Amino acid sequence: MEPLDLELEESELELPAEPMHLNMGPSHPAMHGTVRIVLELSGETIVKADVQIGHLHRGFEKMCERGTWAQVFPYADRLNYVSPMLNNVGYALAVEKLCDIQVPERCQWYRMMLGELARISDHLTSTGAMAMELGAFTPFLWFVKAREIVWDILEEETGARLTHSFGRIGGMAAPPTKDFKELVRGGVVQILTLVEEGEKLLLKNRIFIDRLENVGVMSGKDAIGLGWTGPCLRASGVAYDIRKLHPYLKYDEVDFDVPVGKNGDNLDRFLIRLAELRQSMKILKQCSERMADDGPVNVDDPRVILPPKNEVYTTIEGTIQHFKLIMEGAKVPAGEVYSYTEAGNGELGFYLVSDGSGTPYRVRIRPPCFQITGGLQQLITGTMLSDIVPTFGSLNMIGGECDH
Amino acid sequence: MSEAVLAKLKETFAADILETHSDHGDDTARVTPASWLAISEFLRNDAGCDFDMFIDLCGVDYPSRGGVVDAGGRMEVVMHLYSTTKKHRVRLKTRVGDEDMAGADLDSVTHIWPGANWLEREVYDMSGVTFKGHPDLRRILMYPEFEGHPLLKDYPAQRTQPLIPYRTEDEAGVPLEKLPPFRADEGMSFGRRPFTETDEPS
Repeated sequence: MEPLDLELEESELELPAEPMHLNMGPSHPAMHGTVRIVLELSGETIVKADVQIGHLHRGFEKMCERGTWAQVFPYADRLNYVSPMLNNVGYALAVEKLCDIQVPERCQWYRMMLGELARISDHLTSTGAMAMELGAFTPFLWFVKAREIVWDILEEETGARLTHSFGRIGGMAAPPTKDFKELVRGGVVQILTLVEEGEKLLLKNRIFIDRLENVGVMSGKDAIGLGWTGPCLRASGVAYDIRKLHPYLKYDEVDFDVPVGKNGDNLDRFLIRLAELRQSMKILKQCSERMADDGPVNVDDPRVILPPKNEVYTTIEGTIQHFKLIMEGAKVPAGEVYSYTEAGNGELGFYLVSDGSGTPYRVRIRPPCFQITGGLQQLITGTMLSDIVPTFGSLNMIGGECDH
Repeated sequence: MSEAVLAKLKETFAADILETHSDHGDDTARVTPASWLAISEFLRNDAGCDFDMFIDLCGVDYPSRGGVVDAGGRMEVVMHLYSTTKKHRVRLKTRVGDEDMAGADLDSVTHIWPGANWLEREVYDMSGVTFKGHPDLRRILMYPEFEGHPLLKDYPAQRTQPLIPYRTEDEAGVPLEKLPPFRADEGMSFGRRPFTETDEPS
C-alpha cells in the first residue's frame, strides 16, 4: 500500500534552510582584542568562516625604517606583549648576527633566563585565558597570580613590568641585580605550586576536558604545510623546537625535553604549554647554576655599546662616541640576515636588510601568530559555533605580532 | 648549512639562478621571476630538498634600482623555506616590477604550501605585488578602502588617509531610521550619521 503522505513529503514539509550569517568580533571578549570572524552557519555548524585580522596594525615595519637600529627595541616589545623579553632578545640576536658580534657568556645565560621567564608568563597567560574563556575563572586568577611573580622579577631587573625595552645590540641595558638568582629560585617554586593547583581544578573537570578533547584537530602534516611553529605544531606531534634543533645562546648546553602531543587537538595544545612551563623551569634552574656572578654583560665594542656615563661627561672621546651612537645610530654592515628564535608561540624570525647606515633599510618580522591564525579557518570549519572559543583560545593569538 | 641545495638548484636551473651567496650562513639564491613557480615546486618535491615548511614571505623595496635592466625589478620578493625532515633552510629571492611597480606580479605558490596564502596577501597588501593564481587575493592588514601600499619606500610614513564616511540613505537602500540595530548616538561604523535638522525629509 502506498504511503498517504507522499505528496507532502516532497514539498510542503521541507523547511527552507537559509544559511545564517554571523559576525564575531572584533569587539568580542573571546577574540583577544582584535580578530573578526565572519561566519556562515547552518544551524549551529560552521559552513564557512572568514578570519579577518589587521585591526591592531600599527605599521611596525614602516616605523622601524625611520629610526636607528637600537630604536627598534621598544617596538619589538610591543609585538608580543605577553612575552616582550623574547622579542627583545630575538631582535638583538638578529642584529648581532648581522654585525658578527658574540655577546659574553654571562649575558647569554642572562638572556636565556629572562627569556624563559617571559616564556613562562606567555604560557601562563595563554592557558589561563583559555580556561577563563570556558568559564573557569578561578584557575585564570591563579595563573595570573603566578604571572605576577614573573613580572615582579622582571620589574626588579628591568624597571618595567611589561614593556621592558631591555635588550641592547651587544648586550643588555643593565647587568643582573644581586638578588636575581635568589628571586628566580624562589619564584619558580611559587609558580609551580600555583600552576599545580590550577591544573587540578581543570584537568579533572569533565566539562573542561569535553570541550577541548578532539576539538580543533590539526594533523602534523597540515600544520607543517600551514607554517605552524611552536607549541601548536608540537601539539600536532612534530618535535620542532628551535632551541633543540638549531640552538642559539646556550641552549645546547642545558638539558631539557621537547614535549610533543599526539592528537593535535585543543587539549594537547593546552597540555603542551603546561609541560613546557616545567621545562622552562628546568632550564631556569640550570641557568642560575651556570651564570657567573660577575663579569661583563656587554661586548667591549665601542661601535655598538654606549660608553659608561662617567666617561661621557669627562672625556671628549666618550662624548663623541655617545653622540654618534645616539644621533646616527650604530652602523650595521650592509647585508641581509634571517635570524630565528623560539618565542612563546613559535618561530620568531627577523629578516633584516642593512645598507650600511645607522638606520635599518628593512626590518621584516616573521610573527609566529600570523601563520597560526592563518590556520584557524581550517580548524573551525565544520565544527560547532561554541567550539570557536576554545579553539581560538588554544592558538594563543597575540594581536600585536599577528597584525604587525 | 645547506649549500648542497644551492648546488642542486644551479645544476637544475642553471640559466634561472642569477646569483647565490651564503652570507652569515643563510643560503640565498636570486632567481628570475618566470622560474619562481618551477623552482618552488622543485624545492618542495625534490627528495634531497624537501622544503615542507613555508616560513616567510616579504617584499623589500628598492625604488632607485628600478628600470636598470640587468639589476632586475624594483620590488624584491624574499621567501624563506625550511625542511622539517632535512633540517635545512634556504632563502629564495626574485625581483619584479618597474619604477612605477607596473608588472609587479608573480606566480602564487599557495597550492604548494597552504601557509603561503596569508603571506602572499600580506605582501600584496603591504608591498603591492600581485600573485597570479592566488585563490583569495585581497588586503589582509589594511582595510579595503586603503589606497597605496604602505611598505613602498615612496609611501610617506606621515601620510594619513581620510576616514571612511558613514553609509548614506541611498547606499543603504532603506530609510536610515530602519537600519537596525544601532542607534545614531552609539557611533558604530555601520550605523548612521548623527541626526540633524537638515536630514528631515522634505
